[in-house]
Amino acid sequence: MKIAQLKELLDAELLTHDESLLDHEVYNACCSDMMSDVLAFVKDQGVLLTGLVNAQVIRTASMMDMVCVVFVRNKMPTEEMIRLAEECDIVVMKAHYRAYEACGKLYTSGLVARGKNS
Amino acid sequence: MAENVVFHFDIDGEDFSSAGGASVTVKKKLRQLGIDSEQIRRVAIAMYEGEINMVIHASGGTADVIVSDHEITIVLADHGPGIPDVSLAMQEGYSTARDHIRSLGFGAGMGLPNMKKYTDSMKIETELGRGTTITMTVNIT
Repeated sequence: MKIAQLKELLDAELLTHDESLLDHEVYNACCSDMMSDVLAFVKDQGVLLTGLVNAQVIRTASMMDMVCVVFVRNKMPTEEMIRLAEECDIVVMKAHYRAYEACGKLYTSGLVARGKNS
Repeated sequence: MAENVVFHFDIDGEDFSSAGGASVTVKKKLRQLGIDSEQIRRVAIAMYEGEINMVIHASGGTADVIVSDHEITIVLADHGPGIPDVSLAMQEGYSTARDHIRSLGFGAGMGLPNMKKYTDSMKIETELGRGTTITMTVNIT
């Protein structure tokens, strides 16, 4: 699934500036407010959905080579977080859905974390 | 690589928001050295968890990364309180972090287990009241 499609499915607002990154594919998704749980999950080109707002969310996504972070419940990251994400070529969005609903929408649309080659 | 490449960092224990900066730098440097991306990710995650631990539990410390032809060694040293029961600390889910740390997204009891999981070897030397040194290696294949 392309990040652009994910954005549309979640009716999300793009917060980083490079729209060309929306063309990147995501193959996996992970949803958590606990970053150590996220760090236990290694998959290529994933998206992180979270309700936690601090700079460690972006650093965690960067360590995991994730390509997109979606803040649920319309949580707004700081300018510093957006700048950090842009340095790492990570797309940042916010969506009004709760985490459970956002995950459901992505899962039923085919983002089922089956791996890069499936 | 003719000689080992060494990176040294002082980890600031006062500022949680900047924690992880050394790991981000190491990730970039290893990429410049042409290390395989999967091995870079393993080093970066293990070091990042260690950095966060040093900030949470030990008011900072030092991090050294040594890159040789056959392995990457990460040495994290602090002068914190030490770990009273290492085998308990290695259990997934066991944590002594305070609630405000959990509200920041850490303290889930996955730090040390993740560090072990992503490295080829991990040694913990700890002394109560004196500090902890963790040495991890990731093989370069």
